Amino acid sequence: MPFVTAGYPDIETTGAILSGLDPSWADIIELGIPFSDPIADGPIIAASMHEALQTGVRPGHVFELVRSIRADIPQGLVAMVSTSIVERSGAVGFIEEAARAGFDGLIIPDVDLDRVDEILPTIDAHEMAFSLLVAPSTTDARLESILPRCRGFIYMLARAGLTGIRSELPDISPQVERIRRLTDLPIAVGFGISSAEHVSTVLAHADAAIVGSAIVRSMGTSDDPAAAALDTIRALSSGRPPTA
Amino acid sequence: MTMKETRHIDGWFGEFGGRYVPETLVTALDQLEEAWAEAKSDPEFELEFTSLLRDYVGRATPLTHAPRLTEHAGGANIWLKREDLAHTGAHKINNTIGQALLTRRMGKQRVIAETGAGQHGVATATACARFGLECEVYMGSEDVRRQSLNVFRMKLLGAKVNVVEDGSCTLKDATNAAMRNWMETVDTTHYIIGSVVGPHPFPTLVRTFQSVIGRETRTQCIDCFGRLPDRIVACVGGGSNAAGIFSDFIGDAGVGLIGIEAGGRGARPGDHASTLVHGEPGVLHGSRSIVLQDPDGQTSTVHSCSAGLDYPGVGPEHAHWHVEGRVDYRAVTDQEAIDAFCLLSELEGCIPALETAHAVAGAVQEAGTMHRDQHLVINLSGRGDKDAEEARRLLGDLD
Ligand SMILES: Cc1ncc(COP(=O)(O)O)c(C=O)c1O
Repeated sequence: MPFVTAGYPDIETTGAILSGLDPSWADIIELGIPFSDPIADGPIIAASMHEALQTGVRPGHVFELVRSIRADIPQGLVAMVSTSIVERSGAVGFIEEAARAGFDGLIIPDVDLDRVDEILPTIDAHEMAFSLLVAPSTTDARLESILPRCRGFIYMLARAGLTGIRSELPDISPQVERIRRLTDLPIAVGFGISSAEHVSTVLAHADAAIVGSAIVRSMGTSDDPAAAALDTIRALSSGRPPTA
Repeated sequence: MTMKETRHIDGWFGEFGGRYVPETLVTALDQLEEAWAEAKSDPEFELEFTSLLRDYVGRATPLTHAPRLTEHAGGANIWLKREDLAHTGAHKINNTIGQALLTRRMGKQRVIAETGAGQHGVATATACARFGLECEVYMGSEDVRRQSLNVFRMKLLGAKVNVVEDGSCTLKDATNAAMRNWMETVDTTHYIIGSVVGPHPFPTLVRTFQSVIGRETRTQCIDCFGRLPDRIVACVGGGSNAAGIFSDFIGDAGVGLIGIEAGGRGARPGDHASTLVHGEPGVLHGSRSIVLQDPDGQTSTVHSCSAGLDYPGVGPEHAHWHVEGRVDYRAVTDQEAIDAFCLLSELEGCIPALETAHAVAGAVQEAGTMHRDQHLVINLSGRGDKDAEEARRLLGDLD
């Protein structure tokens, strides 16, 4: 599951990536809506968000883009968006707009779990996916309130800490097992997944691997960021088992 | 599980508060809440905290009559609650001593903090030195420039100062950096937040540790003039000194409470940091409150001559007091604050922090509209030594 920052370095690049993705590389694409103060993001994604904001990219532009190309994209499209943006105009309004634009799901990494029940009816009315995060430190008791509130897939953090590029992948299997015992939903693993080898290891246990910083970094060092992103995503997808 | 069972009722002030943080931090917040609940029911904790406030911080801080400022304002009697006389020169130490004790209870060895004016950084470094804890402080590069004396003090106290070059290079960005570091170190590190902001339980925790200011003020007013004051005025950055002095009086309808925000250069967006005066509901740094954001939810740029007030958010309990109408929040401009900085120095021999000077300016305006038999208390949240250099840059050499 590739993650790209929407509007980085500009909205056209995001459009080119979305339309250029081969369906065999990924089933779902995650678009990060740029936010001025991303707390959970490491330097690579944080910088890409700041750059996107500087060029004037707003959530409205992202919705517009998705609306214009949604029909041509076979993959699922999920938005990763900060609570600050969702809550600004009223969460219900934001979710409805995202659904109308053609997003299939939302990840709100910093939502207050106690407020989730207020937005789930809207999520369900639009049959959207909704993924809450599960961290290694999440207690079993809390897991039992998180999992029933997820729709579509579970977002499991591979580690404590921030998004970013890491050479090592922690052993995720105990975490995956713990979650599997309590839910039938597929489990996507993210944070620090950086190479095809990581993807392959993750997929031996979980159902999807989320890669962000490695893709965004490859864009930052290229003259043709869309092509660079597509190259990186293709290379990462070689970590998927042939049957997938 | 129903919502009622999972909701942290304690973390909400009306529609404000909560815990809007990535999942990685939730267990640490639960642990903090638990450690604090245990501490509250442990008489030893209360005893240790109180004796540290007395013997180390130097509490109670005095309530000082300000006769010449009273004369100048031409109305109510003005009194100064002297937090500037607390150890390290501001109210911030009340909170850092309390949280350092909790850090020790939780068995953590490392502390991080954000700071704007540097007073919270100094107070954290001080508490960490006292308890033998490792300390790292995050501070925006613009604040490092304008509060350089405090940077040196933190280093003397054994803290590492991490200079933050993101965004506006001020308090908001230092808070982001501290939160990001906490995400990566949460098993071993406690984050001592410096104001009544952030995710639950911080707003309640910090207000509780600061509430000693209000309790002392109540007794001292009765000792000094035989009744409760008619008004209390405090500056509001994140809102900790204000919450500390207001909270004991929230139930006293006869006591008017006034919070003074940074009016900066004026009311245009980007020129001020008057969050409650100009802001709207939103989420920033882990809680729902009133914030300065653009219509999409991006944090606005703010301005104040005072590093400690130069922040686009405010504690959720203040947002609640604001919508309830219990506290009256107003803005004072940079120029009015700088004038008040000079005024209090010349008339009362107290050089206030630039943050505090906002409260002085607001108080002089308010006192002038009151009767001579009324009483107004200013929370003199900190002293201005740290601002001497920046004031000289703004004022010239006064020759
Ligand atoms: C002396 C002083 N007063 C006030 C403030 C503002 O913070 P708060 O609103 O939390 O009291 C600061 C912050 O740095 C300060 O140093």
